Amino acid sequence: MSVPLKFHYIVSGGDFTSAGNASVQAKKALRQLGFDPETIRRVSIAMYEGEINMVIHADGGTADIIVYPDYIEIILADKGPGIPDVELAMQAGYSTAPDNIRSLGFGAGMGLPNMKRYTDDMQIDTVVGEGTTITMRVNT
Amino acid sequence: MKISEIVELLNAEVLCGEELLDNEVHSACGSDMMSDVLAFVKDQAVLLTGLVNLQVVRTAEMMDMRCIVFVRGKRPGEDVIALARDSGIAVLATEERMYPACGKLYAKGLVGGSVENA
Repeated sequence: MSVPLKFHYIVSGGDFTSAGNASVQAKKALRQLGFDPETIRRVSIAMYEGEINMVIHADGGTADIIVYPDYIEIILADKGPGIPDVELAMQAGYSTAPDNIRSLGFGAGMGLPNMKRYTDDMQIDTVVGEGTTITMRVNT
Repeated sequence: MKISEIVELLNAEVLCGEELLDNEVHSACGSDMMSDVLAFVKDQAVLLTGLVNLQVVRTAEMMDMRCIVFVRGKRPGEDVIALARDSGIAVLATEERMYPACGKLYAKGLVGGSVENA
């Protein structure tokens, strides 16, 4: 078996200007690999939502895209505040984003539910005060 | 509808993507909330918005959109236009407000299109 192809991105926090840039780069990389447009769209939207979340809530983090023979894995890891109530955070429309984020076009409480919707599997590992790792899988 | 028809109908200025004006687009959406665009849009090729920042372009790029129309006379900065140019997205600016802009395009056949999971 060959080693799975892996793309690693640093998501910088604080400055919202660059938020989403890693996902744009990942989308380009997946296009070059020749995946079908729908798969690329699902992976990149899920990563983009997660990337925006990391910038808003966790002062950034890392994003990894790993290409396996049958699926693409997206791992988003941050050392942010963690999610105290995952079930509540998964509810469409629930958001803890500050008002200034809404004026930037985000914070509608659709991020996590959207990530789940666009992927075939999503696991959230979170510890309050330590950080959150979200692992998503899109079958190819 | 060709993107060039959108330019005419909205009396819009083309800020980038002159070479894309002959491209056909079949559906559009209008929103200032990128969260909602990501959640509710499926295959709309045109985004009308009054929000002006880099995330508008990145969101459009994620959704495979081909054209962004900035309404209410909003003018994006050069960084926004440059990013759209890199992504192959046409950028238009119109003085029209959101509602009449959407209405004019809809009346000429640019529909809302399908909604993801609706």
